Amino acid sequence: MAALTMYPENERLAGGNRAAFNLYVISAVALFVLMMLLGLIMRMGQATWLAVQPDLFYRILSMHGAGMVGTAGLATTAVMWFFLRAHVRLHLWAFVTNYVMFLLGAACLIYAIFVDGYGALWTFLYPLPVHGMGLWSPDAAAVFMLGYLLIGVGMLVFYLDAAAAIIKVYGNLGRALGLQWLFRGTIDPDHPKTVVASTMVIISNVLGILAGAVVLVMSLVNAFYPEMALDALLAKTLIYWFGHMYINATIYMGVIAVYALLPRYSGRPYPISRAFLWSWAVSTVFVTLVFPHHLLMDYALPRWFAVMGQLVSYGAGFPVFLVTMYGALTNIYRANLRWTMPSRLMVLSLFGWAAGIVPAILDGTIRVNLVMHNTQWVPGHFHFYLLLGVLPMALALMFHVIGQRAGALPNSAADRLGLPVYLIGGLIFTLAFLDAGHLSVARRMATHLPEWTGTDKVGSIGAMLVVLGMLYFAVRITVGLLRAPARGEPDEGPANTAG
Amino acid sequence: MILQNLVWTIALAGMSLVALGFIHVIRQAGKPADDVATRKAAHTSNVLRRWLFGAMLVIFVGATWATLHRFPIASQHAALDIQQVVDVTGQQWSWQITPNTVRAGSPVEFRVTSKDVNHGFAIYAPDGRIAAQTQAMPGFTNKLVHTFTQPGTYRVMCLEYCGLGHAPMVSEFTVVAARGG
Ligand code: HEM
Ligand SMILES: [Cu+2]
Repeated sequence: MAALTMYPENERLAGGNRAAFNLYVISAVALFVLMMLLGLIMRMGQATWLAVQPDLFYRILSMHGAGMVGTAGLATTAVMWFFLRAHVRLHLWAFVTNYVMFLLGAACLIYAIFVDGYGALWTFLYPLPVHGMGLWSPDAAAVFMLGYLLIGVGMLVFYLDAAAAIIKVYGNLGRALGLQWLFRGTIDPDHPKTVVASTMVIISNVLGILAGAVVLVMSLVNAFYPEMALDALLAKTLIYWFGHMYINATIYMGVIAVYALLPRYSGRPYPISRAFLWSWAVSTVFVTLVFPHHLLMDYALPRWFAVMGQLVSYGAGFPVFLVTMYGALTNIYRANLRWTMPSRLMVLSLFGWAAGIVPAILDGTIRVNLVMHNTQWVPGHFHFYLLLGVLPMALALMFHVIGQRAGALPNSAADRLGLPVYLIGGLIFTLAFLDAGHLSVARRMATHLPEWTGTDKVGSIGAMLVVLGMLYFAVRITVGLLRAPARGEPDEGPANTAG
Repeated sequence: MILQNLVWTIALAGMSLVALGFIHVIRQAGKPADDVATRKAAHTSNVLRRWLFGAMLVIFVGATWATLHRFPIASQHAALDIQQVVDVTGQQWSWQITPNTVRAGSPVEFRVTSKDVNHGFAIYAPDGRIAAQTQAMPGFTNKLVHTFTQPGTYRVMCLEYCGLGHAPMVSEFTVVAARGG
């Protein structure tokens, strides 16, 4: 086991690395704030506190969905890059290419939505993009899809560079996943969890992005040659394979921060185990197969497909989830954990993931899906683990990094206030969605029935708190990143050696 | 208890349990243990892990059996031999439902399709809660079988986003009391 150093030399950010990391992080936190404001506008529109015309609402919803998913991908890619480059040689150009492609893609999305009127949402479910009924043209849809393709190509460049670098060190992806130790052998205690998780993400997300590329190209062809009609169900299947995988990958990239940082803050080693390797190996397979649970209400699909959807969504996230919860919680239990921003955010992220999985699994059950599908239960469960799980993982790394710049682990009075505001707001906001789902409030509707506005109002209040909290984080992180690095280690410095 | 209320109760209970577990660990996280206590904690957590794993397995198998042994979706390919058949077609942005009166107490087969884009055919009971739903997809006909118990006016709403008129894409049908009921 390597000694626990708070800021090891091989994670140092200097020169181009520092500039690239700052670009990623500052863009991500700024985009999070902006997209959250769009979310707040929608929520207040549903609550009838704001007049939002339906066509504007659906364009905002398209922007919020695509923008948030993309930004979550951007932020967690920075997490993966930050830790992976300590173990293998990543090329800075690949990391930067991904960023540039992201910006180009984002520009296409913004143009398609706010200039060309695209409003067929982030899932571009065929054939709606070419059926705008005069609100948007197939050309607008084409620009939107082109934006996705650009972002996807950027991700592929980053992943392929990472895959090549991993193979160079470990021989092949299987050995990087630790498959050779599943049944026998002594596990190399220094085999990095970062490499295991990164490899899983590369395999599953590359497959997902390729599925996305296929359906994007098919849809683009159809946009220009309408006579080449697509099979609606096939298109939907591919779209959800891609969409679900992409957003799921953010949690598996984000959790790398917890694996790498938690032991430094608890002062206790967090060894790799056979259970850990098994969980990631199993999830690599399952996570790629979990998407059918979006299709439970498509009765035309064969029955085994729906059953697989239910079984796999019970089982998919579970191995990694259980092993991570168990490992992380025993790591901090009666340790000498230092309660600073990074450690608080990590514990919050574990809670968000653990609690968010409960409503998710329930909805993966066919019988439940029959009455919960496409109600606000769905945004309820995913906002739960995105807002309170994925974002805190990425924020933990960001605070960790600004701690080094400042020369002290971040723990100001404002920090101690900002986090509860975010947490309480997040709980109110997401529980209001779940309650709405339980009351059969439909998702994705610009206007709500009068009897639905109660949860809309509660949700809006929660959302305001979340926006305030995130705004504070964004400013704090941006300022923290832009100051000159402090000399040497912060006071509490090297390792947390107690315990 | 209707299904939604049951699910909401399970979700709240499950999430509260998770929260309690976290509160417990958080309260202990800053209090370093000595060696003996550490060993004891490691032992307890090992036992706990086995129980947790066992419980998960039981819940997993139990829930799968309980929710699937009578498959909740009607067979799509075999003929169903159901007397009451309702044809449903969605289009941007209205529903066509024929006939639009059915009888409670015996099963109704809804044959649901779409003329243009994807729609969601959701039946809202008079109490405002969803009773059942299926997708309305161009090129496919999904069969939804449901037996109504309560007579009354049922509202149909679209649950798959289909463009500007999605939210107002609402219709109704009537369920009359069962014969002799
Ligand atoms: C203050 C924070 C946020 C607010 C107020 C907010 C608000 C909303 C609202 C009102 C909706 C539409 C709900 C409906 O279907 O009726 C929505 C959908 C969505 N949100 Fe958020 N959101 C927030 C944060 C996030 C974050 C952090 C993410 C991801 C990282 C995210 C991702 C999404 C996605 C993917 C959708 C689905 C879009 C669709 O249905 O096409 N949101 N959000
Ligand atoms: Cu609709």
